[in-house]
Amino acid sequence: MTRDQIREEVLDILSDIAPDEDLSSLKDDQSFREQLELDSMDFLDIVMELRKRHRIQIPEDDYMNLRSMDSTVSYLEPLMKDIQKV
Amino acid sequence: MLNAGRLMRDGTMENLPSSDQHPASGSYDVLIIGAGMSGLAAGIRLAYYDQRVCILERHWTIGGLNSFYRLRGRDYDVGLHAITNITPKGAKRGPLARLLRQLRLTWDELAISPQIGSEIAFPGVRLRFSNELDLLRSEIHRAFPDQRDNFERLVEAVIQYDDLDETHAAQSARLRLSELITEPLLVEMLLCPLMFYGSAREQDMDWGQVSIMFRSIFMEGLGRPHAGVRLILKQLVRKFRSLGGELRLRSGVERLHVDQGRVVGVTLESGETLEARRVLSSAGWLETMRLCDDGQAVPAQRPPGRLSFCETIATLDVEPKRLGYDRTITFFNDWERFDWRESQAPCDARSGVVCSPNNFDYDSPLDKDGAGVVRITALANHDYWRSLDDDAYRLEKLRWYDRIATSAVRFIPDYRGRVVDADMFTPKTIVRFTGHENGAIYGAPDKQLDGRTHLDNLFICGTDQGFVGIIGAITSGISMANMHCLK
Repeated sequence: MTRDQIREEVLDILSDIAPDEDLSSLKDDQSFREQLELDSMDFLDIVMELRKRHRIQIPEDDYMNLRSMDSTVSYLEPLMKDIQKV
Repeated sequence: MLNAGRLMRDGTMENLPSSDQHPASGSYDVLIIGAGMSGLAAGIRLAYYDQRVCILERHWTIGGLNSFYRLRGRDYDVGLHAITNITPKGAKRGPLARLLRQLRLTWDELAISPQIGSEIAFPGVRLRFSNELDLLRSEIHRAFPDQRDNFERLVEAVIQYDDLDETHAAQSARLRLSELITEPLLVEMLLCPLMFYGSAREQDMDWGQVSIMFRSIFMEGLGRPHAGVRLILKQLVRKFRSLGGELRLRSGVERLHVDQGRVVGVTLESGETLEARRVLSSAGWLETMRLCDDGQAVPAQRPPGRLSFCETIATLDVEPKRLGYDRTITFFNDWERFDWRESQAPCDARSGVVCSPNNFDYDSPLDKDGAGVVRITALANHDYWRSLDDDAYRLEKLRWYDRIATSAVRFIPDYRGRVVDADMFTPKTIVRFTGHENGAIYGAPDKQLDGRTHLDNLFICGTDQGFVGIIGAITSGISMANMHCLK
């Protein structure tokens, strides 16, 4: 997956976690926590969704890389580069 | 008028299939004990993430404490008066928004209508409140003008309280409230709804629990789905099953077999034995320990709760508002101190909670034929109700139904001449449907906040883990599933 595809995938996960949320105005350099009021339970869901969809295992110590869209995409890029977009 | 001739819910439940179509074979990732709010919520989380999960429910229906039944052609709710923590659609913060996200439910699927308005009634003083804190604020200005600033200090302290920082969590709420509010009567009046809706501890509460309850009741607010608790339960079951979860009714757990610090097998009352990597129990702390076959010395570890309820449910031939009763809930207490402890009499009719499910802000009336419902909850003595033989039990239900109603009509319009049907539950009913020792409505006073037990793969959720009420129970199921079965 390219960076753009990974970004789209993360957006899709976020829309799953927060179905009532308008994600079109999400700023990539700002934290999810502040913009979407996500808490630790929601971050677990991002991790679990990535595991469920792409079998990516993210250790608990790495959760902090999921702070914003930019940091998430950068963290996932090497992990997802060989995954084909379906 | 009152037909107490049979125990509640006998043969009157809506039919649910006794087990799902999936055959129970092989081993599960997680077995959940109890299909109440917490068990169902935990089940959804685990099934969503592809775990093989089965919920085992002893009864023929779901819900546990929060359930519903049909009697003589009418629908009744048990447990639920109102859902707390009601935040409007689109709100991102707060427990309701969080649990909707976690369960992948939309706000509209629960379709909660807000309360019209409630009140706390003590001798000579009434404080109204709604889902806007400003109403309570102005009522306090009116009734206790010199407590105006103190109330703001209280609100500020409650907002500042951090659930995750447990430094002051266990502090006495009476003590903390008296530091903030200098009028003892106001302290009692504020504690009354908070204790009725969620204190497992007699006479006092933890400051942490008060802060959480204050926010859930006075700052976020109360609401109810038009179809009542059955809508919530049906949505949870629908979700759980659509994700491949298995729900087995009439499947009480008889024993948890323990070997080398782990549960290695679960035997049902039918004799069938199941295996699972983990077991999550909502049966209560003590009740779960008793299921373990390794001889836990349970009562010494954590005393069970003593607080139980009776509730009278009256169907009227008229909507309560036509009798001049338009409040959603009235918390009443007939003297200036609120006595929150196990009732010495069969029921403690000095205080109670009146709730009319008609009085929510629905789009259409609750009953198309204009019938009304008045429910009244009062503290009750478990041992007394359990000691009665069948005939005495029936008579005592009639007697205390009348006494509770007679006490309540000192605070609300007299509806008694318009009652066309009635029912009542007692601590005995609560034991029957929840299995909780003493019919303890909010479980044990001391909670097991991390849900852990002496066994590596056995965890508890629900009433004895943490918070109470529908939102609390669902949150408990979610967080215990997340913490112990997903990470």
